[in-house]
Amino acid sequence: MSTVSSDQTQSLASVVVVDYGLGNLRSVTRGLERAGADVEITDDPAAFEAADGVVLPGVGAFREGVENADPLREDLLAVADSGTPLFGICLGMQMLLTTSEEGDNDGESAVQGLDLVPGTNVRFADGQKVPHMGWNELEVEREHPLVEGIDGNYAYFVHSYYAVPDDEHATVATTDYEREFPSIVANEEGNVFGTQFHPEKSGETGLQILRNFVEICTQR
Amino acid sequence: MALTKRIIPCIDVDLDEDGNPAVYTGVNFEDLKYTGDPVEMAKAYNESGADEFVFLDITASAEGRETMLDVVERVADEVFIPLTVGGGIRTTDDIKETLRAGADKVSITTGALERPELVNEGAKAFGSQCIVISVDARRRFDEEGEHYVEVDGESCWFECTKKGGREGTGIDVLEWAAEAESRGAGELFVNSIDKDGTKDGYDLPLTEAVCETVDTPVIASSGCGGPEDMYDVFTEAGADAGLAASIFHFDEHSIEETKEYLDEQGVPVRL
Repeated sequence: MSTVSSDQTQSLASVVVVDYGLGNLRSVTRGLERAGADVEITDDPAAFEAADGVVLPGVGAFREGVENADPLREDLLAVADSGTPLFGICLGMQMLLTTSEEGDNDGESAVQGLDLVPGTNVRFADGQKVPHMGWNELEVEREHPLVEGIDGNYAYFVHSYYAVPDDEHATVATTDYEREFPSIVANEEGNVFGTQFHPEKSGETGLQILRNFVEICTQR
Repeated sequence: MALTKRIIPCIDVDLDEDGNPAVYTGVNFEDLKYTGDPVEMAKAYNESGADEFVFLDITASAEGRETMLDVVERVADEVFIPLTVGGGIRTTDDIKETLRAGADKVSITTGALERPELVNEGAKAFGSQCIVISVDARRRFDEEGEHYVEVDGESCWFECTKKGGREGTGIDVLEWAAEAESRGAGELFVNSIDKDGTKDGYDLPLTEAVCETVDTPVIASSGCGGPEDMYDVFTEAGADAGLAASIFHFDEHSIEETKEYLDEQGVPVRL
């Protein structure tokens, strides 16, 4: 048998993809495997602890995401606290922030994100075509091992809200969609980070980011 | 830079005489000829700079569907760009199965025309971003339409058809586009029965009329004969993405060449 489905002969890091009932876990798993990770899809907190890195995937609405992931809230905070890399993708990234305009409507009480990157998710302006869907450029604003070799490359986005961290330094890369918005954020310690776009759908650029993530995981 | 215009290759997949999946390319939704293996083609397009990939299942049988979900899985494993799968989707279970097989979006034509609630149900359960409503539009030069557009000096309206144009519905494409959007469609995929396979350009009046009617992204399809046609549909009609099949399958034009041309003309593309 040839190993056509994987560029790597042995895995570099064990990565857990958090299964909280949302999202296309198959493609993010394939992308991580292609980047050299040994991937387990699970909602078992014991596996989070043992992993070299944890990925919080997600598509859909903020409220639904937060509510689905709520039973795992303390476990995810423990991952971040232990210094293990925690990587949020799309909605998973938005959930790293404190709150969202999306969760706070129609008289329902606001839902709290993980608050690992303090800030709020806001909606694109009225009159703009939403969702922001398609390929757009990444402008790296500061150093972080996740963005090694990707400045000026394109990534695939699908979203109607974007992150606004309280601390400007939390922004690692920005993208321009009639306004400049943060497309990659990270916490101060550097082990919690997220991309608004889908690296698993962003071709070679996305695979580079996933390889960078696997590299971060191996260096723990 | 800003959001780029997307170049999307599309494959029509059917089963061959031995029951194996195969890609076919046709003219005016007819005269299909064998073009290649779907998984190999997907792999090649993934590496060629395509921005997305569309897989249309043109089998009509139930056993065909089972086989196709397996092919979708194999395609999804090779493609690290967004994958849209269409053909025969009529229920939320069909949507779920297709997404589970690895599709990022589903394209729905007849299933939504016959039961428009499917759009609401799909958008609510899986998010608008994965619900693409596809129309097979046909020009009609009679008095039965609602919205008329000037085409070559004549006034026509666009009718939604079923079965690849073989069956009319009497539904005006522009009415349906607005309704599909209000029900939660995240993208509109606009095919033209009149232009399909002709390679003499997209149906610009049709595409422009749909773009003016909705705020969701519009993917223009049918009639692309080369990079110049892509340019026209982006700049004159306002499409967000251009889809093509035969020009890419038969290597008449590469995706790279198409994008370089568009870039030179000042159209934002991902190079």
